[in-house]
Amino acid sequence: MAVDKFITIESTAVPLPIENVDTDQIIPARFLKATTRDGFGENLFRDWRYDKTDQPKTDFVLNQDKYSGTILVGGKNFGSGSSREHAAWAIHDYGFKVVVSSFFADIFKNNALNNGLLPVQISDQFLAKIFEAIDQDASAKLKVDLINQEITIVSSGEKEGFDINSYKKECLLNGYDDIDYLLNKKDKIEQFEQSRV
Amino acid sequence: MRLPSSGNPSLVLLFGSFSNYNTSFHYLNFKKLAGKTLFDKIWDAHVVDEIPGGPSVLYIDKHLIHEVTSPQAFAGIEKRGISVARPQNTVATPDHNVPTVDQHLPIKDQLSQFQVNKLTENCEKHGIALYGLNHPFQGIVHVIGPELGITQPGMTMVCGDSHTSTHGAFGSVAFGIGTSEVEMVLATQCILQPKPKKMRINVEGELETGVTAKDIVLYVISKITASGGTGYFIEFAGSAIRNLSMEGRMTVCNMSIESGARGGLIAPDETTFEYVKGREFAPKGEDFDKAVAKWKKLTTDADAVFDKELTFDAADIEPMITYGTNPGMGTKVKGQIPAESEIEASNLKTFSKAMDYMGFSAGDTLVGKEVDFVFVGSCTNGRIEDLRAVANFVKGRKKADNITAWIVPGSKQVEKQANEEGITETLLQAGFKLRQPGCSACLAMNDDKIPTGKLAVATSNRNFEGRQGPGSRTMLASPLTAAAVAVTGKIVDPRTLL
Repeated sequence: MAVDKFITIESTAVPLPIENVDTDQIIPARFLKATTRDGFGENLFRDWRYDKTDQPKTDFVLNQDKYSGTILVGGKNFGSGSSREHAAWAIHDYGFKVVVSSFFADIFKNNALNNGLLPVQISDQFLAKIFEAIDQDASAKLKVDLINQEITIVSSGEKEGFDINSYKKECLLNGYDDIDYLLNKKDKIEQFEQSRV
Repeated sequence: MRLPSSGNPSLVLLFGSFSNYNTSFHYLNFKKLAGKTLFDKIWDAHVVDEIPGGPSVLYIDKHLIHEVTSPQAFAGIEKRGISVARPQNTVATPDHNVPTVDQHLPIKDQLSQFQVNKLTENCEKHGIALYGLNHPFQGIVHVIGPELGITQPGMTMVCGDSHTSTHGAFGSVAFGIGTSEVEMVLATQCILQPKPKKMRINVEGELETGVTAKDIVLYVISKITASGGTGYFIEFAGSAIRNLSMEGRMTVCNMSIESGARGGLIAPDETTFEYVKGREFAPKGEDFDKAVAKWKKLTTDADAVFDKELTFDAADIEPMITYGTNPGMGTKVKGQIPAESEIEASNLKTFSKAMDYMGFSAGDTLVGKEVDFVFVGSCTNGRIEDLRAVANFVKGRKKADNITAWIVPGSKQVEKQANEEGITETLLQAGFKLRQPGCSACLAMNDDKIPTGKLAVATSNRNFEGRQGPGSRTMLASPLTAAAVAVTGKIVDPRTLL
């Protein structure tokens, strides 16, 4: 089944300069009771975004009009904790296409890639520059080029490369799906099973 | 050029020294000669295919599923018009959002009931073994796998839950996966997975009385941080690890994910074989002996190379507790929260945010802080040994008046054994009550929520903001420390009461 193809993105970004943003913050467990993949964006960062009476907390970035865009920039060790793919679904459903950080938790990174959400891992130094650029001008744009594996701060032209394994890159660029790939390996899988008997 | 494969260390050194002449070429040869780690042995034996520059196609021996992370995966394969490839290799149980009281009644929360029903429907439709509510085998997925003998050395195991790392205690490669990956395994019994790097953590020496497996792992994470293991699979080794019971080993491997590691594992030995022997789904008779002969080969070769290796002294470990909002923010119970001057500049913002949330201050002494709730349970510490430790401690003592205690067995089997051993009775006499099995207040998906602002000492695995309920404050500790807190009502080093 085809997933959305990833193309180059140029957008303003939402800064979340907090380290160890865990998946319980991204989507608290009490919102994991759905049996479909839709609608999780509504509760993205629920307890940071809304107070006990469900009123928006004005000091949280998602509630500040000056910040918008399809790129979320988080502090180091983004997505730690639970394996819940709902975290990637929530970020994607909210409208983000890219998450930038200097370090991602392993399971979150896989989950993001499996949902067409691109995790862009950069150096601590470049991350600091991005936060600074957004801090100075909330309308500062970032450009994420998957083909050349580069992220650029548009106003200054400063850029840095990022890694992605070539298989996943192909999948994202072409909208390929892992399960289709694995289903095509059926014979090899059966051979493997027989070899172990 | 084909080099002789040899475990002879002198040969390795010889070729190792050649490598000075042509680093890249001979380094490869050196790698070929070096022995294999336990992790490599298991991983490599399960690789069906490899994608150049990409992940491996890894065969999965056992797939565990539960109600929360599987419904979208079943919906996915149905949308593709395919069925579960190897239903006999999958086992299901509801655990995450089940109530821990009145399990014989319908679940009050409609959404939870719907999710549990969905799991039942999916299992029936696809021929998957399900241990539903009230089944004698039901329980937390990572508690029932080992206790039923489903978990065995040398296996690859996955589950849509990060604490799948627990099963590594048996010398298996077990790790948590997302729902798209659950769908991969349902569809093909395989998963696409990049091979992690390898780390070995040795804990050598003897633990002092009152210091437990939970303290070991909280200590290790406090040293390597909550992201120190990211990208790695950790082998735990050393005499302090070898001397742990299987329950203790499970606690250590369970929390390897809290360092960011993909998983943890421990080489199987007589303790492992003895635990597995006679369990429901373990091989029996001659098959068991044959299996043990195979399992005995599951060790890291003496000359194997790790990407990273750390050694800790067991004598340095004391009862541990966390004070912040990630499991790396831990210290000894009788210690203090670090001063701001001890925190790295880049981490200061996170530290201050954690202090604000917890209502603590840098430099605070932990002993004596008043606690509201004690939670004993979860896949980290909800096994029989954990309940036994609590019961032994509280025997002849009484629960403090200011404490609400939830003691939640990890499974129906644990509950049954607790009844048989008189643990349940001991707990009752001390003013505690045993609830029914489930994940409970570890992640508070059911009604077991710590109220806003209340402080809980929990034997579970995560102290994230709101983890145990919106606004709840969590300090992670061992069952023994939790028991001591429950009877004193305050943070206390359990050794002072032994």
